[in-house]
Amino acid sequence: MIDDPGADEPSGHDADTVSHRVGDVGCTILHVDMDAFYASVAVRDHPQLRGRPVIVAAAGHRGVVLSATYEARAYGVRSAMPIAQAHRLCPSAVIVPPAHAAYAQASGQVMDILRSFTPLVEPLSLDEAFLDVAGARRLLGSPRFIGEQIRAAVREQTGLTCSVGVAGSKLLAKLATNAGKPDGLTVIPPADVAQFLHPLDVTALWGIGARTAHRLGELGVRTVADLIEVPLTTLERAFGANQAHRLAALARGEDPRPVVSDVPDRSFGAEHTFDEDVLDSERLTAMLLALCERTAARLRRAAVRGRTVVVKVRRADLVTLTRSRTLDHPTDRGQELYAAARGLYAGLRWERARIRLIGLRVSGLVSSAEATEQLTLGQADRGWREVDVARDRAVARFGEDAVTPARLLGGTHSARSGPHAGGMPVKPPQHPTPHGAGPPPGAPG
Amino acid sequence: MKLHLQRDSLMSAVAWAARTLPGRPTQPILAGLRLATTEGFVSLSSFDREVSSVAELATDAVAEQVVILPGRLLADIVKALPHDDVLLEWEGTRATIRSGKVSFSLPTLPAEEYPPLPADPQPIGVIPGADLARCVTQVAIASGKDESLVMLTGIRVEIDGPTMTMAATDRYRLAVQEVAWRCDDDTRQTNLLIPARTLVDVSRSMGQAGDVTIGLAGDAGAERLIGFSAQGRRSTSRLLDAEFPKYRSLLPTESTTEATMATTAVLEAVRRVSIVAERTTPVRCSFAGGELSMRAGSGDDATAEESVEISLAGDPIEIAFNPGFLIDGLAALGTAEVTMAFTEPRKPMVMTSEQAGAYRYLLMPIRLTG
Repeated sequence: MIDDPGADEPSGHDADTVSHRVGDVGCTILHVDMDAFYASVAVRDHPQLRGRPVIVAAAGHRGVVLSATYEARAYGVRSAMPIAQAHRLCPSAVIVPPAHAAYAQASGQVMDILRSFTPLVEPLSLDEAFLDVAGARRLLGSPRFIGEQIRAAVREQTGLTCSVGVAGSKLLAKLATNAGKPDGLTVIPPADVAQFLHPLDVTALWGIGARTAHRLGELGVRTVADLIEVPLTTLERAFGANQAHRLAALARGEDPRPVVSDVPDRSFGAEHTFDEDVLDSERLTAMLLALCERTAARLRRAAVRGRTVVVKVRRADLVTLTRSRTLDHPTDRGQELYAAARGLYAGLRWERARIRLIGLRVSGLVSSAEATEQLTLGQADRGWREVDVARDRAVARFGEDAVTPARLLGGTHSARSGPHAGGMPVKPPQHPTPHGAGPPPGAPG
Repeated sequence: MKLHLQRDSLMSAVAWAARTLPGRPTQPILAGLRLATTEGFVSLSSFDREVSSVAELATDAVAEQVVILPGRLLADIVKALPHDDVLLEWEGTRATIRSGKVSFSLPTLPAEEYPPLPADPQPIGVIPGADLARCVTQVAIASGKDESLVMLTGIRVEIDGPTMTMAATDRYRLAVQEVAWRCDDDTRQTNLLIPARTLVDVSRSMGQAGDVTIGLAGDAGAERLIGFSAQGRRSTSRLLDAEFPKYRSLLPTESTTEATMATTAVLEAVRRVSIVAERTTPVRCSFAGGELSMRAGSGDDATAEESVEISLAGDPIEIAFNPGFLIDGLAALGTAEVTMAFTEPRKPMVMTSEQAGAYRYLLMPIRLTG
């Protein structure tokens, strides 16, 4: 970029808006958008193109512009424009074919950077994402500061520039980004929302498409300021109650949608290969319990719960079977996993088989915050969940043997004692209640 | 033995008796339908060691005899007979069924292998079939389907003289209803646990049958068998030998919020919004002002919202339920209005209606976040 004040003064592009001088309290939503993403990647990878108008488009005259540098945009070239038209507008432009592998690689890098600031990252596309930094403020600083950090990190690590919008809702954050483009950072503090929104055309509001805009036009509404002026009853007559309320909320910059990070559908699991093949079903189910408890603890640490329980059993003759069951509700409780796993194991009817390996896997994960639980009649307000929380705390403080189901007392069942112990020294069996970790003496069990 | 029968009455008797033919009999002989004659009558029965069904028909039988015929086959044949007059005849190991120009010949099964049918229970009272059916239908929706929790697969029936109380729960909801009946002894007190499936089936079949006589067999306080009879149809069921949960303490005695609304309106609204809900995902309900607003679905998935007018007394509340459980209760009420009472978002909701007598449907909410 020729004029690149952002490099030295990250918020240079919004210097002429009031937001620059006002705080960013209540602005916890960040919108990050790469500047002319495809074209910028092309320029980065082909430095000889720097400073020239560059258009990314598939070969052939029937293609459309996928991306264009700001030098090309200065001639009026826009995304989705037919190549022929773009060429007429800017005959000097260099047309380069898309390099999707490079975009994917750069995108992955950018998303990783964003996730290093907060796990609450909602990618919209390869080059665009929302972040909710409400929980990161204490650790990382104000939203504006986080936005600046992100811009610096992206520039250093990818050689690309991005623009950041900081506001109280997704709607406003996205508008803020566009206001600061390219290579800018814009904050819309709550006090400035009206001033920022009112001059905008209603079509700038996310969710107002051509048809709604047309019908608003019939009401004499063109700008957001016009829309604010329309009485709600008039909107209700024209659009119905729901849509009317939504339009009024949009005009005020309100957008209730939260930032939703996509939890990839991973799984958690553990398996154990016995030192020698095992026939004793008591020992096998105890190992299964240990695997369930260990997996449940990992689920809780990751703040997820799983619905599908998979048991894998390998016999001495290497015949391996897996069986799975989907629970009524997602769980992170070892006992619930074990109830399902034991049933699956029993269903194999391998009581007489020598077993070499037993494994457990939990998939169908949902974040604990989204997990729901059908309550049961007469259920105690405090129950096993509180036991698990207390146990996790004790384990975090005193180590893995601090609290364990009574059945797993005694060394032979420890899931950590086998060759898959990950290099952990094998501790001799010990009493599971170090001072302070267990219930007080005489407390009911 | 030769019997002259009328097709339609035979068909209905066979249909009644064949209801309890075991799908996968523990003994082959139990797949048979048992025909026993006495002078002027034939009784048709089946028995799967849990449940028995007997239907009696008047006919021209002249002596006592027993024959066992393949049950499903007989039921299929009788349904297909072309003529009103039916001749049923058996001799040794073959039986013949003739009607019009069709004739079926089937093998009989060894009668001596058929286990003795349970003795007829001692009658203890009478209830109108429609009352029985209504009460059972309202309660049975809450019964458990999980065979590993046997005590929840039954309907608890408490007889307290002229009042019969039924209750069922699957741990997530509890339905309780009372019904008046004519008990032989106004001081009789008995608690029974009847398999829900059987009770639903019997009450539905006898719902149109006028008065239903209820009988018990076994020692007082340790009854083993319950019997139902009406208009030549009888059914017995083994009672469940399991402890039903002590449910009375679960019934809330007070509430902080009461919302009354039109049953059909809210039922239809729940049905609509739950289109986007998966089997176990909740419908979120907000009771506030004059409105119950319901939402289902979340995030990027499909979502739905609808609101229903209510009259609200007490504090507003936000609470979430399994939509299927809500629908069950609302549909079982069968009244114009429903009242929902609450205390807290993690405590049960109680559904009642002034027109539904003592009926109470308790429903535990869904906890939204861990």
